[in-house]
Amino acid sequence: MKVKVISRSVDEFTRERSQDLQRVFHNFDPSLRPMEKAVEYQRALTAAKLEKIFARPFIGAMDGHRDGVSCMAKNPNYLKGIFSGSMDGDIRLWDISSRRTVCQFPGHEGAVRGLTASTDGNVLVSCGTDCTVRLWNVPRPSLEDSNFASVNSVEPSAVYVWKNAFWAVDHQFDGDLFATAGAQLDIWNHNRSQPIQSFQWGNDSVISVRFNPGEPDILATSGSDRSITIYDLRMSSAARKIIMMTKTNSLAWNPMEPMNLTAANEDGNCYSFDGRKLDEAKCVHKDHVTAVMDIDFSPTGREFVTGSYDRSVRIFPYNGGHSREIYHTKRMQRVFCVKYSCDATYVISGSDDTNLRLWKAKASEQLGVILPREQKKHEYHEAVKNRYKHLPEVKRIVRHRHLPKPIYKAIGLIRTMNDSKRRKDARRKAHSAPGTIITKPLRKRKIIREVE
Amino acid sequence: MEVSSEDNNLMEKVVPPVEQEIDVELETKVKKYLRGGGANLETLKDKKLKSQLASRENLYGKSAKTAAKIEKWLLPAEAGYLETDGLEKTWRVKQTDITNEVDILSSRNQYDIVLPDLGPYKLDFTASGRHMLAGGRKGHLALVDMLNMSLIKEIQVRETVRDVAFLHNEQFFAAAQKKYAYIYGRDGTELHCLKERGPVARLRFLKNHFLLASVNKSGQLHYQDVTYGQMVASIRTGKGRTDVMEVNPYNGVVALGHSGGTVTMWKPTSQAPLVHMQCHPGPVSSVAFHPNGHLMATSGKERKIKIWDLRKDFEEIQTIHGFHAKTLSFSQKGLLAAGTGSFVQVLGDSSGASSHNYSRYMNHSMVKGYQIEKLMFRPYEDVLGIGHSMGWSSILIPGSGEPNFDSWVANPFETSKQRREKEVHLLLDKLPPETIMLDPSKIGAMRPARRKEKPSRGEIEADKEVAIEAAKSIELKKKTKGRNKPSKQTKKKKELVENAKRTFREQEHKTTFKKRRIGEEDAAAVGELPTSLKRFARKY
Repeated sequence: MKVKVISRSVDEFTRERSQDLQRVFHNFDPSLRPMEKAVEYQRALTAAKLEKIFARPFIGAMDGHRDGVSCMAKNPNYLKGIFSGSMDGDIRLWDISSRRTVCQFPGHEGAVRGLTASTDGNVLVSCGTDCTVRLWNVPRPSLEDSNFASVNSVEPSAVYVWKNAFWAVDHQFDGDLFATAGAQLDIWNHNRSQPIQSFQWGNDSVISVRFNPGEPDILATSGSDRSITIYDLRMSSAARKIIMMTKTNSLAWNPMEPMNLTAANEDGNCYSFDGRKLDEAKCVHKDHVTAVMDIDFSPTGREFVTGSYDRSVRIFPYNGGHSREIYHTKRMQRVFCVKYSCDATYVISGSDDTNLRLWKAKASEQLGVILPREQKKHEYHEAVKNRYKHLPEVKRIVRHRHLPKPIYKAIGLIRTMNDSKRRKDARRKAHSAPGTIITKPLRKRKIIREVE
Repeated sequence: MEVSSEDNNLMEKVVPPVEQEIDVELETKVKKYLRGGGANLETLKDKKLKSQLASRENLYGKSAKTAAKIEKWLLPAEAGYLETDGLEKTWRVKQTDITNEVDILSSRNQYDIVLPDLGPYKLDFTASGRHMLAGGRKGHLALVDMLNMSLIKEIQVRETVRDVAFLHNEQFFAAAQKKYAYIYGRDGTELHCLKERGPVARLRFLKNHFLLASVNKSGQLHYQDVTYGQMVASIRTGKGRTDVMEVNPYNGVVALGHSGGTVTMWKPTSQAPLVHMQCHPGPVSSVAFHPNGHLMATSGKERKIKIWDLRKDFEEIQTIHGFHAKTLSFSQKGLLAAGTGSFVQVLGDSSGASSHNYSRYMNHSMVKGYQIEKLMFRPYEDVLGIGHSMGWSSILIPGSGEPNFDSWVANPFETSKQRREKEVHLLLDKLPPETIMLDPSKIGAMRPARRKEKPSRGEIEADKEVAIEAAKSIELKKKTKGRNKPSKQTKKKKELVENAKRTFREQEHKTTFKKRRIGEEDAAAVGELPTSLKRFARKY
């Protein structure tokens, strides 16, 4: 006869010393965990609710400007600093962690319309409606900066006066060229008081300009003739150009897929293009109800942030048609500029109400140092939520956002307009000879033509 | 060269028999971890969601495979067994024989506690098997730590105690006493008196839902949420008084056995039973559920134990004759213990996992005159607890318990800190009472959207015919003289038939007087319409 019974000695299953870790045993047998699917679903619901509870995206406002904030620039070499320029010619460098001004750059007489910093973070370039381009040496962040007893001001290292007012400026990645947008597109060098190269296509002014992060000689501009143009500095003329139905206010290249760019359009949509194939948008990002003023990509390339004239900031996935998040406060007015922070954790918006606002990129994210166990827990919550997010109960909680009344009303209005338009088109199509009316998809509809 | 490569291919195809066996073994394990079939995605219309879910299903398959593969490292302990050589039968092996074979630590689990004055005793174990609660009929309540065999607390309530049950951990327990049920703390203080239920006969705790279910003397079933004290449901079963009650751990459904030989299954969100099955010709004396929820065992006073399959159609799969069990209990590994008088029989599943065939595994006779009141296997141990009229006993049944526990599910070596942590997590994961249903795998699954089908004209005609026939065949009551004339009777009958017809006529009327639209005559005509007119056509 052979007999074996379960026999556990206490020493084997408990710790020897109080400093030891508790021993943990696993058995994934489903019959030990009755109703595990229901429990998991319950956890998904709880996770969705917790996400809503902890969604406190607004961190703080940075005030100091005396007029609306018109432009911002990130310092690629220093995580905590951000430059902002306002409509009264004031330029400030902010310390994000303390949300205070580190130093000011006085000099511009009209509105500052463009700001950019070189890749090494030493030179700040600003331009404005007073027809000047100013170069500044950025004060190096040091330990003394931590006591902000006095706000120091900086003199420009160079002032270049030119013929026309400027709308935007962008610095080349890893080079010493920068481009300004105004009556035409000008390419400047740090050391020359005149542009080294000028591009013009038609008579309309250029509104925005962005260098490609992957290919330093390629840049994209948008013009007031509703165009988006891609230039190659190695060639003497523009590479390609499209005309859209409405004006593009700002552009951003995807830093991880540098052939793709996204345009913030006046009609409230953002259009993602493949730079090599501009006749069709890859994706239309709809949600804003009025003109989108500025756009900036996350350094991860998976998301971008937009600021709009409808007083809201939205975050979109790079390939999704609708926004993941909307940020708004009662006090925030028209948003003119937005930036994603270089560590993809924060979003900064500058608006008409003279303030910069600091938001979390993920509204319910826990900031600060997270213990590994906490991290595991967050990951688990994310996973269960992801598993059941298509079910109505979870979906309703995850998707719900409170909207300001004007936006809510406007969304309803736009929906009615679109519905009736669609209905009308369908009827017109039905009453016409087959094949005479071709409905283009939205991705193509807003593009009038491509100009070579 | 070519020939040799072909040879290689052949070599690859032929798998050695040992590996094949391993494959088969692995497959059965994978099946266990797959937790039933995948979701039916064919009915989904959303293509994007469908592909997402399909890729996720794929992932589950992989994770099940991994779980099966790592089992040998995660589950080091082997289950207990009892093997005899030659013609010797396992049920001839006595407890004294086992004592000689096993180690001292295990042999400590064989004992009798003799408390002659306060019995018969009811028993309950916590989910981890660490603590035991014994309730004597004469008011003796004892909380025992089974790991070091120490009595934590005993109290005398000076009242009849009909049943005892642990709540979610050993800190709280409930006792059904003479007039009301009470909840006590670990130190024996009375925390609550549950007056709303009346004199309770049986108490059971639903761990995932935090519901304390009870059936009282007048056959009323109560569910009370113990977290905030609300009475979730109070159901009048209408089957009279019963003291046979068990919870199916798989789905939280409560089964009651009745004196008419029926077993009914209940959930708190409906007043009618989910299942109503005639199990025995005489009264049902006890009910037990297999831990995986697929099997139910019932015993009747007519000396029969029946095993039922709960997965398909609730059909009987086995009848064991000649044994009247006062109490039944399934172990974690699927052994079935049945107790009557002073005799315990343990039945084992001798066949494979798919077909069940329970036969004698072990026997145990207690001292003559002891009346067994309650049997319960101790979780995660090869131990069977027996509550009887003279105290309680404990015997060894090799191969009954799950050898590997999971620290996150039930930990026999739990520290107080871990217990507190666990309590919080249990409360966070508390399920709402609506999740109690016969098939809990439906929770979190997609239900295909289905349009309500209208009865066709032929079906309506057939219904009409049936209704008219039914009206014609009604036997009219005999009336007093003068009112029973044949003319009156035919008139009455005609009226009845007309009434039956009228309901159908009204329906028809409704459909014909609807606003007529283009293409209503038949669905095929819609296809022929010009596109511009299609929007006026009736949607089918």
